[in-house]
Amino acid sequence: MNGRRVVADFLVFARGYFRSPIGLFFSLVFPIILIILFGVIFQNSGQSAVNLPVVNMDHNSAASLSFLSALNNTSVVKVQVVTLPAGMSLSTWLGNQGDPVGLIVPSGFGADFQGHTNVSVTVITDPSDAFSSGVVLGAVQGVTNQFNFEALHGAPFVSVQTATVGSASFTELDYLVPGLIGFSILTSPMFSMVEITSTYRKEGLFRQLTLTPLTRSEWLLAKILWYVVITGIAACLMVFIGAEAFNIHIVLSVYSIPFLIIGPLMFVSLGMLAGSISRTPETAAIVGNVVTFPMMFLSGTFFPVSSFSPGLQDFAHVLPLYYIIDGLDQTMLFGNTGRALIDLAVCIVIALVFFIAAVITFKWREE
Amino acid sequence: MLAASRVGGGSRLDAITVRGLEKAYGPVKAVNGIDFSVPAGTVFAFLGPNGAGKTTTTEVLEGLRNRTGGDVRVLGLDPWTDGAALHRRIGVIPQDFRFFEKIHPREAIEYYGVLFNVKPDAMALLEQVKLTDKADAMYETLSGGQKQKLGLALSLVSNPEVCFLDEPTTGLDPQARRAIWDVIRALKASGRTVFLTTHYLEEAALLADTVAIIDHGKIIVRGTPDEIIRQHGRPDRISVEAGPEVARYLQTKLGMTAVAANHHVDVELPEKTDALRVLQALEQSGLTWGRFSVIRDTLEDVFVRMVGKMDEGVVHPEASA
Repeated sequence: MNGRRVVADFLVFARGYFRSPIGLFFSLVFPIILIILFGVIFQNSGQSAVNLPVVNMDHNSAASLSFLSALNNTSVVKVQVVTLPAGMSLSTWLGNQGDPVGLIVPSGFGADFQGHTNVSVTVITDPSDAFSSGVVLGAVQGVTNQFNFEALHGAPFVSVQTATVGSASFTELDYLVPGLIGFSILTSPMFSMVEITSTYRKEGLFRQLTLTPLTRSEWLLAKILWYVVITGIAACLMVFIGAEAFNIHIVLSVYSIPFLIIGPLMFVSLGMLAGSISRTPETAAIVGNVVTFPMMFLSGTFFPVSSFSPGLQDFAHVLPLYYIIDGLDQTMLFGNTGRALIDLAVCIVIALVFFIAAVITFKWREE
Repeated sequence: MLAASRVGGGSRLDAITVRGLEKAYGPVKAVNGIDFSVPAGTVFAFLGPNGAGKTTTTEVLEGLRNRTGGDVRVLGLDPWTDGAALHRRIGVIPQDFRFFEKIHPREAIEYYGVLFNVKPDAMALLEQVKLTDKADAMYETLSGGQKQKLGLALSLVSNPEVCFLDEPTTGLDPQARRAIWDVIRALKASGRTVFLTTHYLEEAALLADTVAIIDHGKIIVRGTPDEIIRQHGRPDRISVEAGPEVARYLQTKLGMTAVAANHHVDVELPEKTDALRVLQALEQSGLTWGRFSVIRDTLEDVFVRMVGKMDEGVVHPEASA
């Protein structure tokens, strides 16, 4: 192993990378686009209340007004009393307006409440918007319980206080950033190495390199170093832009760094392996996509693995990227270094297996 | 420095020795037991039609491909098992040379300099192959010929003892081709050995000390260009602008083979003094005849006769440089 040759190959590759708009786009620009895109999507989430159109059929009785006022005070819903056109149901009205959820306070609500007679308010929900439905149902249930206690002159013994996993100041985007960094760790080395390995072989560039003193391991190390650098830059940019533009609070801790190193090692090796076992660049692209896409979506990149079905969760646990993202979650969000160490150990084993397999299958000369 | 290379009786001064080389791809024998040696400091041209085993042999010698049988030594080293050591001492420009798309020729030479742990003068090397004007152009913007020139420059970075040049002038314009011929001559003048494969037979005749022609995996002829032409070519001929009556006259008068075609009469000349006899007979004949010339077979004529019409890659460059 000769350090000067590794550095020379690293610099030639880096120069080529910076001169290639495609490589630069997927390595640095695309992660920035991702963070901006998700930042804009989540910018107002958690801050604005769900709009709740209400049809008050109790003619503004004191009890119904008090009920709606209590709902408004939860701050998670914003009550909007509406008057329906003659003959139109609230469900139809909501559909026309594009609102996912609404409430009907029935006629006689106040009298029934005062007389301790059973009475129900009706919540109309759009099942496709689980978030708004859940928020409104929770708020209405809470206010209803409170009214019931008051009617019985009672008070609850058990109350609920809320806190968030990780820091209270974390936003949805904070929880997404480790996944996006994981996405960047996966895609940039993986797609690039699949393409490079198959194309270099087809065009005889590996044969050309065989005729120099540069060894396979030196060439491979130069690529790994490059992707460690470029992935590190991409991760820093994502966190920086997230903090500056969208007020995220997570930071890259020193415990995250091993994942930013072992991740590129893992996926440079896997990309090379996929490229090596494929006969043509076209086949390599297919193999690369087959390997990459399940990991891209099922490793906790955009959706938490805990939200998957049990079978899908089991599948996610065999995906290498899962342990990178979980490790980043543990180090950047939850401060759980114990679990992060386990993730890191798994990542090291997987990376070594991929690396050894890649070196064995990766040949510059032909028999 | 030239290593001893003594395989199966090869000379101590042979840079390359090949004995009984075989290479099979499954049931197909691409190279079928060939022998040759290349003396150090000479230019060896390896010719053959497409699919004859030329590239396979070259790649075995370069250490890019393992052999099935036989023994091969380049600078005393086994190209396959001693590839790393050998590659520091040889320069190779492969057929259809390719390199990184986003690199400049000057950077490529400096990169090779670091890999070989030498300090090349990039501009001098580019000047040698007439590529200085493209020193800072992106490789992907170079023409095919300019890429070949860069390949040649890279093959020289390590100051190699043996240069393998696989069709180095294919696709080049006449000026660029002559520049590369000059490089090959300079390599020979500086004591380097050149193993040249080419489709241009006149190029081989012009540059090579020794020529070998391979066909169907076997070497069918080997020697200096002159030896090959002398041994395998037709006798020299005199061609005279004349009608069939002149052919009949010369056959009767001199007893020599004369063939009339296309307003010309070709007369074979077993001895060089026969040309004078033919001219004297023509002068005395009283028949009408015009300009004449003496024709000698070229390497290409011999090649075409021995191998059959070469593939469509045959081109006729100017050989008058």
